[in-house]
Amino acid sequence: MIVADKKPIEEIIDEIKRHTKILILGCNECVTVCESGGKKEVEILASALRMYFTNNQQEMLIDEHTLERQCDHEYLEEIRDRIDQYDAVLSLACGVGVQFMAEKYHATPVYPGVNTCFLGATEQRGLWTERCQACGKCILASTGGICPVSRCAKRILNGPCGGSTNGKCELSKDLDCAWQLIIDRLKALGRLDDYETVYPIKDWSTDRAGGPRKVIREDVQV
Amino acid sequence: MRLEYPPNIKIILVPCTAKVDIIHILRSFEKGADGVYIVGCLEGSCQFINGNIRARKRVEQAQTLLDKIGVNGERVQMYNLSAGEGTLFAKFAVEMDEKIRELGPNPVKLAKKKIDLMKQNELNCELN
Repeated sequence: MIVADKKPIEEIIDEIKRHTKILILGCNECVTVCESGGKKEVEILASALRMYFTNNQQEMLIDEHTLERQCDHEYLEEIRDRIDQYDAVLSLACGVGVQFMAEKYHATPVYPGVNTCFLGATEQRGLWTERCQACGKCILASTGGICPVSRCAKRILNGPCGGSTNGKCELSKDLDCAWQLIIDRLKALGRLDDYETVYPIKDWSTDRAGGPRKVIREDVQV
Repeated sequence: MRLEYPPNIKIILVPCTAKVDIIHILRSFEKGADGVYIVGCLEGSCQFINGNIRARKRVEQAQTLLDKIGVNGERVQMYNLSAGEGTLFAKFAVEMDEKIRELGPNPVKLAKKKIDLMKQNELNCELN
């Protein structure tokens, strides 16, 4: 899922203070799971902002709504009838949702309410860690299901490097060396011979280096 | 026991303190409460394992948030006691009452009253 973190409320106040009618829009997908932009967070933020502006004697209408997703036309259409009632939207979706919303409703400013961080997993409640950098050419089949692109600081494809000590990365003693994890995993799978294969130079054209990317599936287009 | 505690405290019963979410605390202040405190079982003796620890975490989050919006996080507190400690329950109530009296009324409530008064005055001016 896309992992996002809450923006400091001071930053949000600074973004929206010039307006008088705000819609706080949550998203029921990834940001709900990582507890940064779901219905609950919308309620909390709306209540806190209402109190802040009342306390500062500033008239401010703050309404709340949460969509199933903010990265799909059909769900964003749900607010078409009411969007004109507001000066701005504070979106608690990831960067994708914020941008899609801004593209769809040209006349309404959209502000981000969260910081979008990475593609990751919930290791435990309150701890999310990065697992994928969406490089566009998955190599997990040859690395035992552990990604050196996202989990190795150097993104090296034939590791480990000299900075790996006792299974930890030189960046931090709390950070596992991705290549140590790969070797341990290949060993457990009885595929250590695969480690001997030198991985060729990766085609990075499908990564961000090739500019904004697209996936076109004509087979499902109508 | 017939213990006395301040009459201005409104008790809301919940099945476990874990039922109390941050939004419930915030809404209380939005509606004009001067303070909110949560009384849970002793840490380590929760029937639902960590319900009271969850509640404490939420209280801490609410305190931080209230501090940031100018409503003094001290207005929210978490207390723990066992079901047999009635005297302690009354003591916490007195302690909280004193703390809130020291802090004064909820600033949001005062600001709301001020805004309402201003609106009323404007309306009266228009009518005259």
